[in-house]
Amino acid sequence: MFETLGERLEGALSRIRGKTRLTQADVDEALGEIRRALLEADVNIGVVNLISERVGAAAVGAMTSPSLTPGQQVVKAVHNELIDVLGQETYRIRFASTPPTVLLLAGLQGSGKTTAAAKLALLLRRQGRSPYLVAADLARPGAVRQLEILGAQAGVPVFSEPSTPVEVATKGVAEARRLARDVVIIDTAGRLAIDDALMDEVSQIQKATQAHLRFLVIDAMIGQDAVVTARAFDERLELSAVILTKLDGDARGGAALSVKEVVGKPIAFASVGEKLEDFEPFYPDRMASRILGMGDVLSLIERA
Amino acid sequence: GPFASLFSRLRSDAGVDPEEWTRLEETLILSDMGPTLAGEIVTELKRQLGKSPSAEALRGALVALLESKFCEGPRQLQFSPNAKPSVVLVVGVNGTGKTTTIGKVASLLMREGRSVMIAAGDTFRAAATEQVGVWASLTGVEVVSGQPGADPASVIFDTIEHARAVGSDVVLCDTAGRLQTKTNLMEELKKIRRVAAKSSGEVTEVLLVIDATTGQNGLRQAEVFHGAAEVTGIVLTKLDGSAKGGVALAIESEFGLPIKLVGLGEGLNDLAPFDPKAFVAALVGEETDV
Ligand SMILES: Nc1nc2c(ncn2[C@@H]2O[C@H](COP(=O)(O)OP(=O)(O)OP(=O)(O)O)[C@@H](O)[C@H]2O)c(=O)[nH]1
Ligand SMILES: Nc1nc2c(ncn2[C@@H]2O[C@H](COP(=O)(O)OP(=O)(O)OP(=O)(O)O)[C@@H](O)[C@H]2O)c(=O)[nH]1
Ligand SMILES: [Mg+2]
Ligand SMILES: [Mg+2]
Repeated sequence: MFETLGERLEGALSRIRGKTRLTQADVDEALGEIRRALLEADVNIGVVNLISERVGAAAVGAMTSPSLTPGQQVVKAVHNELIDVLGQETYRIRFASTPPTVLLLAGLQGSGKTTAAAKLALLLRRQGRSPYLVAADLARPGAVRQLEILGAQAGVPVFSEPSTPVEVATKGVAEARRLARDVVIIDTAGRLAIDDALMDEVSQIQKATQAHLRFLVIDAMIGQDAVVTARAFDERLELSAVILTKLDGDARGGAALSVKEVVGKPIAFASVGEKLEDFEPFYPDRMASRILGMGDVLSLIERA
Repeated sequence: GPFASLFSRLRSDAGVDPEEWTRLEETLILSDMGPTLAGEIVTELKRQLGKSPSAEALRGALVALLESKFCEGPRQLQFSPNAKPSVVLVVGVNGTGKTTTIGKVASLLMREGRSVMIAAGDTFRAAATEQVGVWASLTGVEVVSGQPGADPASVIFDTIEHARAVGSDVVLCDTAGRLQTKTNLMEELKKIRRVAAKSSGEVTEVLLVIDATTGQNGLRQAEVFHGAAEVTGIVLTKLDGSAKGGVALAIESEFGLPIKLVGLGEGLNDLAPFDPKAFVAALVGEETDV
């Protein structure tokens, strides 16, 4: 549906080929295309404005290099800038010196928290840890049962009781300690960033459990609202990292850039399917390619 | 927010300056309608009004132009005048609010005096049947479900036949969430559509549920789901959040699929008919009593 940035830049910049001096109009046109590509990838407009500035200089540099393929040079420069924004390193969970390490998952409704809780539990179990799942979503119909089923599939026990989310979470952590489990993963109900009562609730869960790690689970299909969401959850929870879900679809996933830019926290994991194994570390370089229009970017760069 | 301030600025009598056009475009983009539609709207407004119209004129033209992007299709849920039961398929990507919407629509139809049955056609997701069961018991609606992993098309077919036998008016069919890129799951959806059409009921609605926080991927969702299942309308959920749902406007204007219902919360009654005027007002931040 969308032309890739590479294709559009080739069109826009074909005129400048062979020119010895670029006009301001040439530069503006290229920057306009970059902006548009980022917006079509759902990068937040405020973040696009910030990133455009940063990318601008690199893009102009690339355009003035004596290349036959200025478009590809620009894509390569932008790609590098995006990787810089997204962060170079892969995330590693820092476990508490005194177990159990308590890990809280939060996010909007339907973003993939419960699934991610079980996926993370499976991953940790396979790494030789003894995780414990806590079902602190008492709001959504069937949520506890869902976690129980997924927990069983992951081979990880699930704590639940029909009290209140704060109590379940607190008791769940105590139970994990009693059972000498070394990681506790708390699943919470979905909530809107503007819902004060529910945002209070999740910050109470955080205070009561002293969760060492707070992960925001965010859907890769999210649009401009990603920054509002990320900022609000970060204000309440002081996020440790982000889990980006549903990356197995064709969403460009500009939210990754938005969230990273706004809360400055690393994206730890990518959720790439409905099966529990579909969960992997987040790779900034792949994400940058994806935001700019997928694999063709890599092939363009190889040719550049 | 940016929308409110946009319109309070546009209340003044001063002519619009170039910066204001940029802000207008950014405001439209912030609603998730996408850079293409936002750009078109700004270009069209400039064409209509010149580069420096009065704020008042811009405001009126903007609202009129946005409202003109909606299609004429019926926004009421359609039911068959002769066949029984009418069948409503509810489809969409993962986690948008399909099952919750089924619960809400069941409640709405019951209040309208129709007899309703639910087909638990999501046999894939963990505890999907349990979830739909909670909604059914809240509304007092019968639900027919299959074993986990059962063929969803058969579950839906069986429910329709059962509904016909007991004389229900409407069957609401839940389906598993599926990303539009999953070819096998989209084939499964085609089969569901086909099998439901062969039943003794009549498929009167195929509702695509779009989450209001969705960005430009919503356009792909609409295109592919429409191609596979002949969508008849959109349900725009989670409009109670801070997202404006502008992609739904882009979908409606590009594919002519009417937005029929909006989800405004997680409760049984948090469902409303779609009102284009109120939506535009919310989109541009106008105060409204709706
Ligand atoms: N394709 C795909 N589907 C996913 C992924 N992660 C989660 N899902 C699906 O998304 C839907 C919602 O996932 P949940 O884990 O229930 O989301 P949640 O955030 O716990 O939802 P609430 O508790 O209702 O707020 C389910 O259908 C999941 O199977 C993913 O990475 N890819
Ligand atoms: N705030 C708000 N939450 C909603 C709305 N509609 C649904 N939800 C929530 O969104 C989450 C997902 O809803 P579901 O009905 O399970 O979504 P689904 O599309 O059936 O999900 P899958 O079957 O996993 O694909 C749940 O936590 C719901 O409570 C709405 O209009 N507003
Ligand atoms: Mg959940
Ligand atoms: Mg469902």
